[in-house]
Parts: sequence; C-alpha cells; structure tokens
Amino acid sequence: MNTPSNLKYAKSDEWFDPATGAVGISDYAQNQLSDIVFVEILVDEGEEVTVGKAIASVESVKASSEIYAPAAGKVGAVNKGLSDKPETLNSDPYGEGWMIKIEGGAMGDVMDAAEYEKYCEGRAH
Amino acid sequence: MLKTVGVKTLDDLFDAIPKEHRFPELDLPPALTEMEAAAHLADMASSNENVRQDLISFLGAGAYNHYIPSVVDHMLRRGEFYTAYTPYQPEISQGTLQAIFEYQSLMASLTGMEVSNASHYDGATATAEAVNLAFAQFRGKRKKIVMSPSVHPQYREVIRTYSQGMGLEEAGDDATNSGSGPEALMSLVDDKTMMVVVQYPDFFGRVYDYAKLIEDAHAKGALVCVVANPTALVMLKTPGEMGADVVVGEAQPFGIPLWYGGPYLGFFTTKKSYVHKMAGRLVGETVDARGNRSYVLTLTAREQHIKRERATSNICTNQGLLALAASVYMSTLGKQGLQEVANLCYQKAHYAANELAKVKGFSIKFDEPFFHEFVLQTPKPAGEVNQYLLDHGILGGYDLGADYPDMKNHLLVAVTEMNSKDEIDTLVEVLKEM
Amino acid sequence: MAEIVEPTIFELSSPGRRGVTMPASDVPTVDLPPKHLLRSELPLPELAEVDVVRHYMKLSSFNYSVDSGFYPLGSCTMKYNPKINEDTCRLPGFLFTHPLQPIETVQGNLALMYEMQEWLKEISGFAGVTLQPAAGAHGEFTGVLMMAAYHKLRGDTKRTKMLIPDAAHGTNPASVGMLGFTVVTIPSDSRGNVDLEKLKAACDDTVVGMMLTNPNTLGMFDEHIEEVVKLVKDCGGLMYGDGANLNALLGIVRPGDLGFDVMHFNLHKTFAVPHGGGGPGSGPVGVSQRLADFLPSPLVGIIEEGDDETAPLYGFVTPKNSIGRMKAFHGHFGGGLVRSYTYILMHGPDGLKDIAQYAVLNANYLQARLRGTYHIPYDRICMHEFVMEGKFEGSDVRALDISKRLMDYNFHPPTNYFPLIVPEALMIEPTETENKDTLDRFADALIKIAEEAKSQPDLLHNAPITTKFGRMDEVKAARELVLCCWLPENYEEMV
Repeated sequence: MNTPSNLKYAKSDEWFDPATGAVGISDYAQNQLSDIVFVEILVDEGEEVTVGKAIASVESVKASSEIYAPAAGKVGAVNKGLSDKPETLNSDPYGEGWMIKIEGGAMGDVMDAAEYEKYCEGRAH
Repeated sequence: MLKTVGVKTLDDLFDAIPKEHRFPELDLPPALTEMEAAAHLADMASSNENVRQDLISFLGAGAYNHYIPSVVDHMLRRGEFYTAYTPYQPEISQGTLQAIFEYQSLMASLTGMEVSNASHYDGATATAEAVNLAFAQFRGKRKKIVMSPSVHPQYREVIRTYSQGMGLEEAGDDATNSGSGPEALMSLVDDKTMMVVVQYPDFFGRVYDYAKLIEDAHAKGALVCVVANPTALVMLKTPGEMGADVVVGEAQPFGIPLWYGGPYLGFFTTKKSYVHKMAGRLVGETVDARGNRSYVLTLTAREQHIKRERATSNICTNQGLLALAASVYMSTLGKQGLQEVANLCYQKAHYAANELAKVKGFSIKFDEPFFHEFVLQTPKPAGEVNQYLLDHGILGGYDLGADYPDMKNHLLVAVTEMNSKDEIDTLVEVLKEM
Repeated sequence: MAEIVEPTIFELSSPGRRGVTMPASDVPTVDLPPKHLLRSELPLPELAEVDVVRHYMKLSSFNYSVDSGFYPLGSCTMKYNPKINEDTCRLPGFLFTHPLQPIETVQGNLALMYEMQEWLKEISGFAGVTLQPAAGAHGEFTGVLMMAAYHKLRGDTKRTKMLIPDAAHGTNPASVGMLGFTVVTIPSDSRGNVDLEKLKAACDDTVVGMMLTNPNTLGMFDEHIEEVVKLVKDCGGLMYGDGANLNALLGIVRPGDLGFDVMHFNLHKTFAVPHGGGGPGSGPVGVSQRLADFLPSPLVGIIEEGDDETAPLYGFVTPKNSIGRMKAFHGHFGGGLVRSYTYILMHGPDGLKDIAQYAVLNANYLQARLRGTYHIPYDRICMHEFVMEGKFEGSDVRALDISKRLMDYNFHPPTNYFPLIVPEALMIEPTETENKDTLDRFADALIKIAEEAKSQPDLLHNAPITTKFGRMDEVKAARELVLCCWLPENYEEMV
C-alpha cells in the first residue's frame, strides 16, 4: 500500500494535500474498488464546499462510492480530464488522479500517513 | 426427508410463526384440474369482445392493433428464453444477452440515437425515467420540466406520480391548451429547466419537426426527451436527427399483442454521454476466457443493488421476453416489411381521414401532417358517437373529452394495416346514417 | 480478434432479403409527408424468415433455463412454470382486447382482475390490492409512495427516516431514495432476526416506517415479528413487507394478520409467471385498511351489483386519496394476471399451502445435507431458502468459483454475494417443484466441489470448462462500452 507521507487522509479514504489543496482517493481505496470505469465530479469551480460534502462519484465494475470533501473552502480547480480516463484513479491515484483543488482549505478530521496505514490494516477483514 | 431435517411433521417446520396466525383457512375456490381450468379461462376470454373477431377497431391512443408475424410467438415460446432469469451468469445466458444486445442495436438504429438500454416497463414509465435521468444529470440543481399538453395524458400522470418526492416545477402541462404546437412551449423554457418532454407524432397524431425547439432548449441548457411511436419512426425523420437527448416510447406496436394493456415494452434510447445516468439494464460486448465474442450486463454499479439509495431508479428487471418479441418482429419484417407496414398505416389513415371529412357535420381538427392517427371533430359529444358506433360493432376511437375539457366533441381515430378499406368504408357509412 | 460463435442479426443481413411480406394497399395512394419530415435512411437488417428462426434457435441453445434444469437462484423463486398458463394467456379474447375498450365489452377481463384482487387480499390478509405495478420493484415504489402520502395527508411531515434491515434487497433503499427519504440500517442479531435493541433505539417520531423482508434474505422467519411490528407502529411508523419471499408463506401465515400495512407480490416468483429472461414481471400491492384510500388509480370495482340471474357489472374506480397512476393502462394483464389466475385456480387453498410446505421442506433438506460440508452462519430451521458460505479454511476458493463450477455439473448456480452480511454468500432456494432425486444430485455435486476445492482448486478457478462460453471480461465491457452493433458502412454495396 502506497501512502505518501506529505498527505493527510480522511476516514472515508480521501487524501488531501495541504500544500496544494488537491483531493483524491487513496491507493487503498482504489484497490478496494478495483477497476474504476466511471468518475463524475459533482462540484464546479468556484463553488464553496464544506467538510463531508459529496464532491465526486466513482463506479467500478463491482462497486460504487461517493467521495467526500476532506476540507472546507472554495473549489479552485477541477480535474476535467478525469472523466475520460477514469482508470487513472487506479494507475496514479496521487498524481494524475487528483479530483479537485480546495482553496483556503480548513481541514476536517484527518489522519497522517502512519495513522491512516494503521487504520487501513485494522479494516482488513 | 423429514428425518434428514430432524423434524417429525411438515408442520414442525413452522414453529417460528406466531401460533394464533399459523395455518389460516383461505377462502378460495377449490382447485380445478387443467382441463377444467382451460375451459373456465376460455369462457372468461370469450365473454370479451375482441378486435380481431368481434369488433372493427379504430382505437389507438397508445396501444395499437398490428399484425404479428407467426414466427414471433414461436420464438417467445422457447422455454430456453421464457423460463430463464435475468442473465446474471453470462456463461450460461448468452442467448438472452446477445438477444438484448441486438434489441439495443435495433432500437438505437430506429430512433437514430447512440445507445439503448434493455427496456423499461412501458412507454409511460420510460418517459418518467427520462425525467429521472434529467434530475440526476443536473443533480437537483435544475428542477423544472416543461411538458407539452399533447404528450399522452396517462404518461403525464405517471411522471407526476413518479416525481412526487423531487419537488419539481411543471410548466406547459395545460389540458385546456391542447391545440398549441411546439412554439408555445419554448417561451416556458428557462435556465432552470432540466427537461422538455414532447411526443412524436403527438397524442393528437400531429407530426412536428422538433429540431428548432431542441436547438432553442439546448441554448438554455435543457435536455429534450421525445416520446416516439416506433411504427411512425420507420417512415419519419428520427428524433436523433433532430438532436433529441432522450428518445423513449411504447414498443407494443412491434410484435406485442394488445393484451388489455400489458405487459408492453418501454424503449429508452439516448446519447452515449448520458449512459451513466440512465436507469435500467444494459448489455455490452466483451470476450470470454476462450476468446469468444460474448456479452455481459455492464455498468451494473449504476444500479440499485450496488448504488442503493443513490441509484437513479430502483428498477431491476427489463421486459426481457418482450424485447425479444420486438427484435424478432423487426428482424422478420426487416427493412422492407417494416416500410410496408408504415406505408399501409399512413395510406389507410389518410384515406379514412379524407372520407370522414366528407361526412356532414364531421371534420378533421388539425391541418398538420399526421401519420396513422388523427382528431375527428364530431357533431355530437364523442361519447355518444362511440356508443352509436359500438351498437354497430365498431370501436370508434378515443374520446378526447375525458382528458381535454375543450375537446368533448373530438375523437382520436387510429388506423393501421389491420383496417381494410371495407372497414373504413363501413365506418363512414355508419356515421353518415347517424 | 475475437471468435464469433453466432453472428449478430446485423451481420446476418444481406441487402434485398425478405422475411414476412405485407399485403398491397387497398386504398387510393396519397402523397407522403414533405421530405423534410421523412427519415433519410433505415439501417435495419434484411433476412429470410428461416435465417431469423435459425439465429434465435441458436441463441436459445446458449441459455440455461428452468425447462432445462435445476435453477436454485435464491430469492428469485425459479419454480417450474406450468405450460397451461402459456395457453390461457394467449386466448384470443385476452390477446386482442384493447385497454381503452368500453367496459361493457371486456367484462371477462374485468371479472378476472376483480377476482384476482379478491384472491390476493384473501391470501395476504390485506384490505385492498392494486394490480397495476409492473414488477416487484415497481410495486415497492408504489408502496413507499403510499406511505409518504399517508403521513403527508396527516400533516406529519417530519417523518423522513425509513428503517431497513441490513439483510434487505437493494431495491428497498433505492425506492426510498427516489422519494428523498433517508435510510437507517438496522442490523440483524446472531439468529438472523432484526436486532430489537437497535430497532428500539431507531424508533422515534421521524420514522416513515420499516421495510422488512420476512422471511428475510437469510431465509429466516423473524422470531420476534410481533414485537418488531409493535415497535414500529408504536412510534407512528408503517410496516412495509417485501413480498419477494411470499412463496414460503402461502397458507402458512398472512402478512396482513401480522400487522403489515403494505406488501408487494411478485407474481413472477410466487405465482409462476415465467421470468422471461428478466421480465416482464408483475408486482401487485396489498394494503391494510388505513392505506386503502391511497392505492394507485384505477382499481377494478363493481359498478352495478348483480343478482342470481345477472352477473355484476365490473368497471374502474378511483380511491379517494390515490397516489395517481403508476403506469399506462391497467397492469400486466395478459402476461402476468392471466397466468397467475390460472395457477391459483388450479391449486386452490390446499394446493397453495402445499406449495409453501414443500418449498420449505426442500430448502431444509438441502440445508441438512450440506450442513457438514459448508459453513451455515445462521443455522436453524429455514423457510424457503438458506444461505451458506462459499469458502473453506486455508483455501483461496471463493463463492464465485463454486458457482462457476456448478455449471460444469449442469446446475444453475445459487445467488452469490447476497445478502451482504454473509461473506462469500451462496443463497439457495430449491422451490417446491423439485423432487428428492434432483435435490440429492445437487447436494452431491456441491459436496464433490468442496472436495475439489481442496484437491484441485485450479479446477474451480478456471470453471466453467464444459459450457459453450467461459468467464467474461467484465472490465473490458465496462471500459470499452460497446453497447450496439450496426450495419456495416459499405452495406449497400454488399449485394
């Protein structure tokens, strides 16, 4: 499991980059969902989001999941190319697989990488 | 078997059921044998007057009397098709899956759209699902629908029933404004409008080119759903060519008996970009482990059993066997046979309209082109005309006064390839004597 | 390049071929509509009738069906569909009646519908029945709409929570979502009953009601059903019964007597309407007295009472506070109601009870035979179905592998991965129409497969091997999304 240490993680498996405001889903999450075939970003640029608001919807062959904002603030950017290449969420969840950027992000209840890894291990069955 | 289970009697299997309610005496008629039941059902059926043996019918309004080639029912009676379930196990369900894939292809070709789902319950619920699609597409940010009053009254009613929890704003659905065409709708479309719903040919049989309406609605960001008659689509410009976003309708005319209203077949076609918001089953092409081209249910994560309360709809089934009927119907008649059916409907309906217009006191209500259904203005309330016709063994048409208060003296008359010239002449003669 | 086992109907097409021909027109010819209203092309197949027949016969040979073998698909009630029903539903008087004909001309249809309403009321213990819904999920949506309308009419607008057990069908939350209500999940206890303490904690004055499948998807009849109903009713909620599993209850207990307010019937499960490869189904809904006025319109009623000499006049009536219309016309009359009517008529009260008793006996017999080989997490007397785990200690064989291997033994697999609360679930519903020999052959196959899972697991991972098709690439299907085929672009030049 890949868990970059510069990022923060929510219990619902989103990552948040405090440096850039970027949000995505963790390696653990993409692995659990398996082959992702559809992603829809549910917020527009300039929209205000609160912690826990659904910002995206992801579907794989076998599962479907909502992605929630790990931080509050204004949506500064949306990764528009993602909907054409949903498999990016599997291949590069922390890079090209970013979903939105939240400006002035006041973080919700998030974990650091070590805590998140422990949390994920605890969930394995 | 009881010994293996470890109980003494069959009744012991039901100990978990509250005792005072266990084993109720059911007040039902005693069992009949097959021979008796067959006779009983034959009696009930023959106490109806049907449109093949007893009555001459000019009744349409959403259900049409067409010829069904013999081969259709022969295929439907294959136990391999009709006693199978939803194709959850694709390795042993390729028959159903390929048949649905072909049905999707046939419907998309017919409507001029990019994709079709595996079908809905009927035309009305397919239309309601189109509204659901729009609601999901705009994620509740647009909540207004503009509905033409010349969409089938029952379809509009079903949309209202379905959308009770959505808090929709409705415009255009004004039964006293029945004569208006598509231009009147456009003024109601604004930047809160999620969908415009029109019918083609409309409920009164009129054929409009909706291209301009669709272009204008798109300029406001709204989607357009066209409710279409499949037989008419064989002849007429497709809603796809007009730019429609969703084309739905009732495919009963394609090989499905009238059956007193059901089961029928709701078709649903759209653009590829809306496929994730579309409810219902969908079959896609793939390969199996041995390299065989094959088919599976796909994008199932959109559906209720995975997406649960976030799904666009709770629909699980399609009208599988009836989608097969429509496919066999289209395949057997083929391109030329379908064109013959459409042409016969068109020619006979126009002959009937021309002859009826010559009868004193009667006239054709609208000037717009029509396909196989038209509005006949009657000198007396349509109900009285129908009763008179019924006394002469004729089902005259649909009494529009029931749904449109300003159309009490109007009959909606449908003519198909099943109506001979003699039948039409009889209708005209009987009305002359009224 | 993929191998083509059977070409599509488009690939079989050749320009100019004819199937069925229509007669020439017998009326004077008029002009077609103006050209701008005509379609430019009609890209549909052209075949001879024999080509069409051989194509669909070939496709039919790729299907497994109840007519070809044992189909123990849990919660789907894949019983044998008597052939007489296929004949009665095709009687010309049923086939060729138009839904908008005057009621005087269709008294046979209306009498059948009226009796069907009455019979379903009697079987379920409800006060009213609508025949309009097209399928189980459609009936369920109808039920939830009535529950919402009931509270709304009373001005009780703060009720927005629907209680749903964790073992429920996915349609339950989806139906609730269509009305914008929120779902509160109630866990099951160790015996497969609703956890009463958790239910108690969730019951308050914001509850719309509870949607309960009983027997539930574990095949268990809730041992505290009366307490569950009481808890929900005491907080002002309504009880919804998911009738998917009614086959276990015919003549055994009536949901209306237990205090349920609303329940849908699946005529295609309980009353032998064939499943048709996924439809059409038929999903009438029964309601208690307090919801009777909310039923969808129209219902069939008696317009003029009859007497000894004349039959009553049947017609349509609209309930006072009806939620409206659920579909066009009157429900799945021909394909649904006529078949089920024939089925009930040929069983009578005792025959219906036999159905439930033998369905339950068959399920318990299979459960007993498999108990030592497979782990059964909720192990007590079951109703018409039971759930076991498709996995073994120290083996990577999964429920999916076992299901696929069953195909090699010429059985349809059970429902797998449902209910979600059982890991690697295999949900088995034999139905009453199977004999002991079939059940034994099926149990023997599953026991043999359990041995194979230990001795040669790859046999299971690679199964099925004897079927015409192997496992499908579902990821490819979803990523490439090929949803239609078309006539080739150079089709017209192919002559």
